[in-house]
Amino acid sequence: MARFLIRNAVKMLLLLLAVSLLVFALVSVSPIDPVQANVGQAAYLGMSEEKRAQLSEYWGVETPFWERYVSWLTSAVQGDLGTSLRFNAPVSEVIATRALNSLALMVVAWVISGALGFVLGVAAGANRGRLLDRIVKGYCFLLASVPTFWLGLVFLIVFSVQLGWFPFGFSVPIGVSADDVTLTDTLRHLILPALTLSVVGVANIALHTREKTIDVLESDYVRFARARGLTLWEALRAHGLRNIALPAITLQFASVSEILGGSVLVEQVFSYPGLGQAAVVAGLGGDAALLAGIAVMSAAIVFFGNLVANVLYGVVDPRIRKGAVL
Amino acid sequence: MSRPFVQATSSGELVHSDDVFVPTPSEPSTSSVPLLHAPRRARVANRKATLAAFIAAVCALVAVVVFGILVSDAATATDFMAKNLAPSAQHPFGTDWMGRDMLLRTVAGLSTSVLVGLLAATVSSIIALVLGAAAALGGKRVDAAVTWLIDLVMGVPHIVLLVLISFALGKGFWGVTVGVAVTHWPSLARVVRAEVLQCKQAGYVEVARRLGQSRVRIALTHVFPFVFPQFLVGLILLFPHAILHEAAITFLGFGLSPEQPAIGIILSESMAYLSAGMWWLAVFPGCALVGVVLLFDVAGSCLRKLVDPHSSQE
Repeated sequence: MARFLIRNAVKMLLLLLAVSLLVFALVSVSPIDPVQANVGQAAYLGMSEEKRAQLSEYWGVETPFWERYVSWLTSAVQGDLGTSLRFNAPVSEVIATRALNSLALMVVAWVISGALGFVLGVAAGANRGRLLDRIVKGYCFLLASVPTFWLGLVFLIVFSVQLGWFPFGFSVPIGVSADDVTLTDTLRHLILPALTLSVVGVANIALHTREKTIDVLESDYVRFARARGLTLWEALRAHGLRNIALPAITLQFASVSEILGGSVLVEQVFSYPGLGQAAVVAGLGGDAALLAGIAVMSAAIVFFGNLVANVLYGVVDPRIRKGAVL
Repeated sequence: MSRPFVQATSSGELVHSDDVFVPTPSEPSTSSVPLLHAPRRARVANRKATLAAFIAAVCALVAVVVFGILVSDAATATDFMAKNLAPSAQHPFGTDWMGRDMLLRTVAGLSTSVLVGLLAATVSSIIALVLGAAAALGGKRVDAAVTWLIDLVMGVPHIVLLVLISFALGKGFWGVTVGVAVTHWPSLARVVRAEVLQCKQAGYVEVARRLGQSRVRIALTHVFPFVFPQFLVGLILLFPHAILHEAAITFLGFGLSPEQPAIGIILSESMAYLSAGMWWLAVFPGCALVGVVLLFDVAGSCLRKLVDPHSSQE
């Protein structure tokens, strides 16, 4: 068991290291000149040659790639990710404040989409071929083709513009000082983005659970239970749900990547100040330090989700726990 | 292996693939567990219907692309006399703040998006084929390396990776195309790897090897025909993802530039006009995008039903 945990953790760390290298390389090859981007166009034009050379030395333009990477990594491990140009604050600080907003959004969407998808999947699988099954399947089929950001736009049009039920964007009311923001305000601003993310996230888990439910219902043990006189739901509850829930939970943890990707788009649509929106601002504004920080951060969240999925599989499934299948 | 009364479940690698067109039993089953089904009617017609649906979907997609290229000039024509019009008979999708007809803009944008998506997905599928085959045939080390690479690419959320690549390439057309191409191969590479591995262990490959056939010959006559249908279906099912991600990344501002007709541009521009109640700027182009993506999905799942030996009897 301990070996299983350690092996997974080491694998995750190695991958994370590789991701950091990949991210740093991608950010470095960008055609944006750090000197020009940092001092601004006007100041750059009016600057003397010596000053430019001095600045380019300061920003490490001439330093070889590997040296820059190692120094960035060593300070990153110590918690210093550099300074964000756009927000004029340390990257770690920007990420910390933004991550709180994003995590609230993602956790709510993750829980809702998981629970709803599971229930819909079981219901569809148990009613295979009937109307309910067709509706659920049609819904999942359709949602797989719907772009997240467009769904967000439609929700904005319907619920905010036409009906006026929810605010138009942001995470707190405009013109209210931070101390006066109540929990209800925060929740009201959270509902629409979280709803968008959940509605899209349901499809994957529901379809998977449906397949699994059908498999379980066709198994010998359920057939025997039914022969003993248990109703469909009794048989499902006593013998099916555990077997169905296990892969569903794993899948839900492994789908953190999709929810995170979706949250970037949703945050942009709803002007919700989270990590995703900061990443877009950083990318459009040439803020390399912040972009790299957020990318590594999001990869860490995804890998953590995958790690939990792996470990959970190992802990929950008795076959793997006892080392029969590994 | 015939199971006449028990419906076979096809648990394919890719989701939403299986029986979308479930034929209804001719008589409602009295049992609450639908284990027993009446024999299916019209098996041949089913297959013909699938083929017809596939051809119709492909034709519709080609029509959208051709029409979009033809109207690309008309789509940018401005008419300030007719700006901000709600949908009407003359402008079914309405007009924007420069008096451009939204229907023409949408079709032109879809055409661009489809072409970018096709290019990127094709490149991506070639990467998947090469890496998947290398993993399955190249021995333990190569396999471990490719699997690790797949984990790596899948570890960073698609959108974040797309933003990074687009940032590295200085945005624009190449930023999106390269970005989508290098992020979408992992799932297909996994399918190819699994298929080749499965084929390698098949009896007929073992027999061919014992008979002294060369590796190249085995690959061409046994492995390739086995893997190709799966690969083709995987390729077509990659298109919708590629198109959606192209639209998403353009929407965020990292993709095609604002003067190019693209669905992402149309939708991101519409954001500024939503609070003014101009809903048609966002709703219709988005619906059209969903329609195109659905068409690709239909084409892919129909093709799968036709070429996949496991489901071709359904």
